[in-house]
Amino acid sequence: MSAASSRTRRSLLLLAPLLFFLIGFFVWPLFSMMSQSVSDPAVLRLLPRSAEVLADWDRNSPPTIPMQTALMKDLKAVNDDQALGDMVRRLNSARSGFRTLMGKTTSALKETANPPVDLVSIDKRWEKPEFWLAIADALSPYTDRNLLAAVDLGRNAAGDIEHLPPDQSVNGVILMRTFWIAALVTFACVCIGFPYAIIAASLDGWKRDLMLGAVLLPLWTSLLVRTAAWFILLQEQGLINDLLRAIGLIDAPLALIFNRTGVIIAMTHVLLPFMVLPIYSVLITIPKNLMPAAASLGAHPLRAFLRVLLPLSLRGVASGALLVFISAIGYYITPALIGGPSDQMISSIIAFYATGSANWGMAGALGVVLLVATLLLYSVYARLSSDEVGGR
Amino acid sequence: MAEFIRFDRITKFYGPLCVVENLDLGIGKGEFVSLLGPSGSGKTTLLMMLAGFEQPTAGEILLDGTSINAVPTYKRDMGVVFQSYALFPHMSVGDNIAFPLQMRGIGKAGIDERVKRALDMVQLSTLSDRRPSQLSGGQQQRVALARALVFEPRVVLMDEPLGALDKQLREQMQLDIRDLHRRLGLTIVFVTHDQSEALTMSDRVAVFNKGKIEQIGTPRQVYDEPATRFVAEFIGETNLVEGVVETVQGAEATVRLPSGAQIVSAVSGSIASGQSVFLSIRPERVDLSETRSEGRNVLETEVTDSVYQGDHLRVQLHNATHPLIAKLGRRSREFPPGTKVFAAFSAGDCRVIAP
Repeated sequence: MSAASSRTRRSLLLLAPLLFFLIGFFVWPLFSMMSQSVSDPAVLRLLPRSAEVLADWDRNSPPTIPMQTALMKDLKAVNDDQALGDMVRRLNSARSGFRTLMGKTTSALKETANPPVDLVSIDKRWEKPEFWLAIADALSPYTDRNLLAAVDLGRNAAGDIEHLPPDQSVNGVILMRTFWIAALVTFACVCIGFPYAIIAASLDGWKRDLMLGAVLLPLWTSLLVRTAAWFILLQEQGLINDLLRAIGLIDAPLALIFNRTGVIIAMTHVLLPFMVLPIYSVLITIPKNLMPAAASLGAHPLRAFLRVLLPLSLRGVASGALLVFISAIGYYITPALIGGPSDQMISSIIAFYATGSANWGMAGALGVVLLVATLLLYSVYARLSSDEVGGR
Repeated sequence: MAEFIRFDRITKFYGPLCVVENLDLGIGKGEFVSLLGPSGSGKTTLLMMLAGFEQPTAGEILLDGTSINAVPTYKRDMGVVFQSYALFPHMSVGDNIAFPLQMRGIGKAGIDERVKRALDMVQLSTLSDRRPSQLSGGQQQRVALARALVFEPRVVLMDEPLGALDKQLREQMQLDIRDLHRRLGLTIVFVTHDQSEALTMSDRVAVFNKGKIEQIGTPRQVYDEPATRFVAEFIGETNLVEGVVETVQGAEATVRLPSGAQIVSAVSGSIASGQSVFLSIRPERVDLSETRSEGRNVLETEVTDSVYQGDHLRVQLHNATHPLIAKLGRRSREFPPGTKVFAAFSAGDCRVIAP
């Protein structure tokens, strides 16, 4: 046994806790969330016999007798009402009318005195291939329905992808709103955070510590506490409105809560440290004498800033903006507490599907959309920053 | 030489700390003046005030007869060369040098032509597209120099620009800068703590100590005729011997040493008989011989150590009351320790300094 391989084993052993943690609490949940969004076993689980027969069907001709017999056998064998309900909901979402048809069929099949010969004798609708088509499509254990629905797309009867009707197209609106709010928050954070970081980096001693502490302190406070604090501050009878009225700036209280303004104020405050710290860390690496040098070469302070300090600190601004934007698009608590109904972001919708309606498929699909958006943004950033390094 | 820059009773405090105290200094047009002193002596602060990075607490700085106290740095038209170069890392060498020209709104063609000339001047014409980080320290400093000169500033300020370079490169740059100064007729204010650098390059050297100028003069004056004990000790090496003035006759004084020996020495400033003073004797002006020479100052000494230093011999001597150091040329004969020798030097080679 060579020393090198025993060293490798030892380092693997030391890494094991981390690897297990990552697999158990990051890779596996991520994978299962993504598979939830495409898995769809509700129908296949209950109709194994039909699945075999339907595989040979040409998807056009009227249903054959073996198809009907197999489905009848499958339906008779079902003894789990919950599972049956899931299947009916699934089929009904693909083809409306399935709920009544299935109800009528199952109750007819339960009648032991006068058992029906075939399905068509129970309801004429079983003659139509459309209903069988819906079953055949739903038999696949995988579906792109959730992923398509997450971006307001769906398949029509012919199986082509098309836009959902406007009354069902809410996700796109909410996604756009999420990106818009995140962009506004990022912009506000740059406007406040950049000058703040410049001032902090130009000071030293206790003044710098104080400014950095003022940024870090909120970071050490619970998010819920900070959001609750804004809840109190922004109210109609809250501190801000009271103060503005006391100095006579306004007559009637400003609407600061349960609307977009409040959400942006609170989110900007919560996310500001993620803007200030990356910019600050870049600024302190910039030599102190560059700005005096620019001045001595005849540059007005503003031009010196635009030509020297801004290009050199852009890397920090970009990573700060990326951090803030990515954190912002996943925000849940702050918009839920401070925003109105029209300020809810994509995370609220995911939470609604996951905990409100137990539709894990949709929750997973929206999660995947969020993940993809984040990865896209990150790859753009990585490309930009590697270009910059390569240019040096 | 017409006076171009004038520091008029400049005082600078940092909080309670006084770094420059009631300082007067005039610099002529086309003159190369070094501000020489140990760190913390106020020389850099004075330069920063001239560049406009710092404001004097009191007093006035005049450029060509007009006060520039209220003129911001970017309007002062002074090229500054920093110790740490201060090149813009995100711009190429060419863009760095073009920067001051762009700030002055010069056209593209004019800029290209002047950048090219500036690069030729510092012999870097092939490196125009490189980034500063791809250059050696000496090359970076030459770029900084080109950038400070390209816009033909009224004054060039240099803040220990050669401090970060190694010895050989530093000596080469000293000669290069001296040459540029002569060729272009620049007015240069040069801050350094390296006395040989100051002596090599300057028309005049101002020796700083604790926020004040101890002496200002040509390199020859500050070396050969130090006005104070600080200047004598800071510039070069010297033997300081205590004594009491017996008589003063014109430019010469007779000083009696504690050993009883009488020394005739050149004198400058007001020295009265009876005053206790120091004698400053440069080691390289001391000759050693085993016979007493006539017509010069002679001290009876004994060799305690003799060190070979390549270009000279460094001999440590001792007489009854004080040690003495002599630097002898390579051609001089060597004296083993314990040899009794006479140390001789002329009156013009030693100075009387008031304590």
